[in-house]
Amino acid sequence: MDKYAFLFVPTPTGELSMDSLLSLLRENARVSLEDAALQLDLSPEEVAAQIQALEDQGVIRAYQAIINDEKLADDAVTAVIEVNVTPEREGGFDHIASRISRYPEVTSMYLMSGQYDLMLFVEGPDLRTIANFVSARLSSIPGVTGTATHFRLKTYKHHGVLMETDEQYERLQVSP
Amino acid sequence: MNNMSVCKSHRERLAKTVVDLPRSGIRDFFDIVAQMKEVISLGVGEPDFTTPWHVREGAIYSLEQGHTGYTSNLGMPKLRKAISGYVERTFGPSYHPDKEILITVGVSEALDLAVRALCNPGDEVIYHEPCYVSYRPLITLAHAVPVVAETKAEDGFRVTAAQLRPLITDRTKILMLNFPNNPTGGGLRAEDVKDIAALAVEKDLIVITDEIYAELTYDRPHVSIAAMPGMRDRTIFLHGFSKALAMTGWRIGYACAPPELTEAMMRIHQYTMLCAPIMSQEAAYQALQQPERDIAEMKESYWRRRNFLHAAFTSMGLPCQKPEGAFYMFPEIRELGVTAKDFALGLLDKEQVAAVPGTAFGPCGEGHIRCCYATSMEDLKVAVTRIERYINGFK
Repeated sequence: MDKYAFLFVPTPTGELSMDSLLSLLRENARVSLEDAALQLDLSPEEVAAQIQALEDQGVIRAYQAIINDEKLADDAVTAVIEVNVTPEREGGFDHIASRISRYPEVTSMYLMSGQYDLMLFVEGPDLRTIANFVSARLSSIPGVTGTATHFRLKTYKHHGVLMETDEQYERLQVSP
Repeated sequence: MNNMSVCKSHRERLAKTVVDLPRSGIRDFFDIVAQMKEVISLGVGEPDFTTPWHVREGAIYSLEQGHTGYTSNLGMPKLRKAISGYVERTFGPSYHPDKEILITVGVSEALDLAVRALCNPGDEVIYHEPCYVSYRPLITLAHAVPVVAETKAEDGFRVTAAQLRPLITDRTKILMLNFPNNPTGGGLRAEDVKDIAALAVEKDLIVITDEIYAELTYDRPHVSIAAMPGMRDRTIFLHGFSKALAMTGWRIGYACAPPELTEAMMRIHQYTMLCAPIMSQEAAYQALQQPERDIAEMKESYWRRRNFLHAAFTSMGLPCQKPEGAFYMFPEIRELGVTAKDFALGLLDKEQVAAVPGTAFGPCGEGHIRCCYATSMEDLKVAVTRIERYINGFK
């Protein structure tokens, strides 16, 4: 019920406005302190302090733009790679995962349940670069027992953002 | 030649009640705005969100499954059951899905049914203004007598028992309430609701409460009059899906009331509407699978925009109550020495911003305009800049 406390609770308390601040930043990380303050009924100083706290706590890790790659002229390639590994006696998956995740080609990486262990999103300027990455670097890491590489054909949605905008529906300009 | 009959004009043929019915002030204004381009509109009365995808998907699925027939007059049993659960956990009172809940075509139909089911010619119905455009006409169409309680900015657009008491006569049958309120955003406090409930019990009134904006209450928990002692059995509780779940176009509302009242409303509904459209009922059923989550997301967004717009009006010196609910703000423009209509027409003409003159919601809305903040932050920001420039022109 806590998550929905906002529904029935009076003006959000500090904690709730922290949630509100995060959802505002998720929507638009470029919102100005002044704007955020007006919307959250706080002062710009309070917003700045909360953002600082969220950054210090490591809740906010970075601010990035969401880009539709298909509008770009380059031929960059994205692949999803399923990786099977042998977990180590000490450290389990974390040690080997940490080694793999440090490659700049790896843009996202998760430990998964199911048929394989690690899922990697890998980006490269072309197919050959990714193929090289898989064969020369990834497969040769001790403990990696198998990989399956899938190339992305088209992006429909990325980080909650649809890559194609629906045609704007004309709402009535005035209604009761 | 001589047996040619005298042909009456259509106007002469019309029912007198209809001839006397004024056109909605909103309608007039809409016609003007519709001719203009590049308008930023704060004139809408609906969410800017599209219906949540799982709701739309549920409706599509039901169409694929061939659910295209009539439903029971009362509405689909599974939907009534879901409504019963939602109303009880959100508002308190418990209604039996088989005989105390009627699915209607929006709360608008439910309002009409409730008034018509209860009123004999000459019965008095008390309601408060400024209010939604249909209240007075519906009372008139039921041949009842509208009695107005005017709400004021300095009271936060609340109506109180003390204000209502002198309006009650031995002809008074119904008290109509709509909080949070369209167009003012005003809300009732728990003690107001309690006092009004006690008055209704004392004077043996039926209360029709339109709580369509209930979930969009920002600063305190919403209190339904139907949950007050002695009120469940003298209240027609009206609610729907349009506002908090962004489902205006689906046209699904409902009435919860004791069996005899539900049966009476259903009797009109079965002959005029038969049933609400099945695809919309399927969508409404889907919406009740996780309403709290969907509502919380949208509500937070309205809350942010309310804060922004209120701060903006305050800083430009436009007196404005901070609305407690819904998604409307009702700032006062009286001091500028211009009528609400002229203000709104000027704003539209000079700055291409549409806001509805307060008089569209009753004569006591004079001196105010209704601004709906269910529009994008980008548009709100531009609108605020333009409104400020426009009012500076009066100084």
